[in-house]
Amino acid sequence: MKLIILENYSQASEWAAKYIRNRIVQFGPGPGRFFTLGLPTGLPRDHPESYHSFMWNNFFKHIDISPENVHILDGNAPDLQAECDAFEEKIKAAGGIELFVGGIGPDGHIAFNEPGSSLVSRTRVKTLAMDTILANARFFDGDLSKVPTMALTVGVGTVMDAREVMILITGAHKAFALYKAIEDGVNHMWTVSAFQQHPNTVFVCDEDATLELKVKTVKYFKGLMLVHNKLVEPLYSMKEMGVERSQSKKPYSD
Amino acid sequence: MPSNKSVSDAPIVQFTNCRILRDHRLQREDLWVREGKILNPEKLFFDEKGSADVQLDCKDSIIAPGFIDVQINGGFGVDFSLATDDFKSGIDLVSQKILSHGVTSFCPTLVTSPPSVYHQILPQISVRNGGAHGAGILGAHLEGPFISKEKKGAHPEHCLRTFEAGAFQDLLATYGSLNGVQIVTLAPEMRRSSEVIQELTKRGICVSLGHSVANLSQAEEAVQHGATFITHLFNAMLPFHHRDPGIVGLLTSDKIPAGRRVFYGMISDGIHTNPAALRIAHRAHPKGLVLVTDAIAGMGLAPGRHTLGQQVVEIDGLNTYIAGTKTLSGSVATMDTCVRHFQEATGCSAETALEAASLHPAQLLGIEHKKGTLNYDSDADFLMLNDSLYVQATYIAGEEVWRQDVSGM
Repeated sequence: MKLIILENYSQASEWAAKYIRNRIVQFGPGPGRFFTLGLPTGLPRDHPESYHSFMWNNFFKHIDISPENVHILDGNAPDLQAECDAFEEKIKAAGGIELFVGGIGPDGHIAFNEPGSSLVSRTRVKTLAMDTILANARFFDGDLSKVPTMALTVGVGTVMDAREVMILITGAHKAFALYKAIEDGVNHMWTVSAFQQHPNTVFVCDEDATLELKVKTVKYFKGLMLVHNKLVEPLYSMKEMGVERSQSKKPYSD
Repeated sequence: MPSNKSVSDAPIVQFTNCRILRDHRLQREDLWVREGKILNPEKLFFDEKGSADVQLDCKDSIIAPGFIDVQINGGFGVDFSLATDDFKSGIDLVSQKILSHGVTSFCPTLVTSPPSVYHQILPQISVRNGGAHGAGILGAHLEGPFISKEKKGAHPEHCLRTFEAGAFQDLLATYGSLNGVQIVTLAPEMRRSSEVIQELTKRGICVSLGHSVANLSQAEEAVQHGATFITHLFNAMLPFHHRDPGIVGLLTSDKIPAGRRVFYGMISDGIHTNPAALRIAHRAHPKGLVLVTDAIAGMGLAPGRHTLGQQVVEIDGLNTYIAGTKTLSGSVATMDTCVRHFQEATGCSAETALEAASLHPAQLLGIEHKKGTLNYDSDADFLMLNDSLYVQATYIAGEEVWRQDVSGM
């Protein structure tokens, strides 16, 4: 794995954004050649305003993506399991997920794969942990009885199939989860730990998130920042794509 | 980008690189328009899987809802209270010219006139949508003749009337018909005004108090019977007095029925009201302030003499008086100058100044679901302005109907 440690939330976000941009440009997407970006499901679709609005306001309205290329799990589908299976098919049809970007919960979950989720799970209907329900209450006027208790989510196995996984972790409240994810063993109680067995993972975090890590770990990866920063400098653009692509090389592999 | 619209095939226009006035704030958002209405891009994206057909770069302009002028007596040589043979072309001329002032909807106003004038003119004013031909007509504003002699201002005394004999029937007989009438200004201290106000309100007509010597209780009673507007606050009414605030006291009255708001027109041309008075009114009741021009035929023309109904008025710079007197009669201000002057005098935000000329008049007339805002599904009547609030372009139903000539000012 690559552990990228930045000073704060803004810097971590910026580094991650630049990395994603370079990855997309280097991939050279075009008609029929999709760069499939995987993102975890947010709030269950049952609250139609919230998740779609969130994605629209924070992402889709700022870019020129075709609506046909946006696939969001539909919690209102008549047959939920069929919806999940179809989603897996769509991923295959698009050529597989090139890069999956996600965060983790304080309980170390990735997407809605709560503690206890199978590490080889696929897209499915998942029950939500109390922590998640409490966190989501704010979208339902604080009324716990209104918060959905289940959600559709990509599975741990689904994310493991992605060619690259990037996890963003910021804040002191995520520090313990980060420790469990990278310094402890692979454990289905901390589902993010599954990525220790993925060939291509990047963890991007801020100083606060490293509070539970060994000083040794933090020093090692901070020392590698010179090398890691080559992944975001120079910043590629689609226009210069032809020239740069032939020159770029990954600095090292895991 | 291929679009795949299941709801409509009409072209979708996306105005980008602009700041739009929405939810009382200027926000960096794109404005989407389809079939003359403001479109919700999120619904378009997710439900219809659609996208824009045309993208227009607004070069960082401000986009605000079109201005609504609820008190305008004429302009460019046209007098709405003068029954001429070419009255219709006169109203068409004004509605076309005021597009350059940012006005997309207006209420042609008639001052106190003899019944024959109303009978001749009113049938020629029809409510109609705006477009390339000019601003939309929301309906007539009848200012008088049921007003106070002591506060007639520029209105001709011999045409003043009362309705104490037959109340509403008298009013109806005077005007001939109330079809296409949007606002009536009257003096509430007149006998049987309550009945009249109730009848008018029942018919969906906005009742405004003005040209009156009413005290606060009479004004409050009128509001309780349905009045919702005050015609050019401070002008043609008793001055504010600390033991009887008169009509001005409605701004802070506690006798307004729950859920209702009293609006008040202000002519912010720098002449009708001292800026300090404008500030007092604005601070006392900011949400009720409606900018109006009260423009007369001379607006847009060179200084000199023009008519205002039965009277002759003299224009000297920005001042307009009854010829030979110092009695103010209307103004030659344009709506966009009023907006700018209002902002300057009160130091308010651009959003507040713009809303006083768009959102508030729409709320007054109960049409804010389709006019006066940039909310989804509203009529796409809007303006592009620069940071100093000069109108650069006017749009009605999503089509550009006026643009600032780049070559000359």
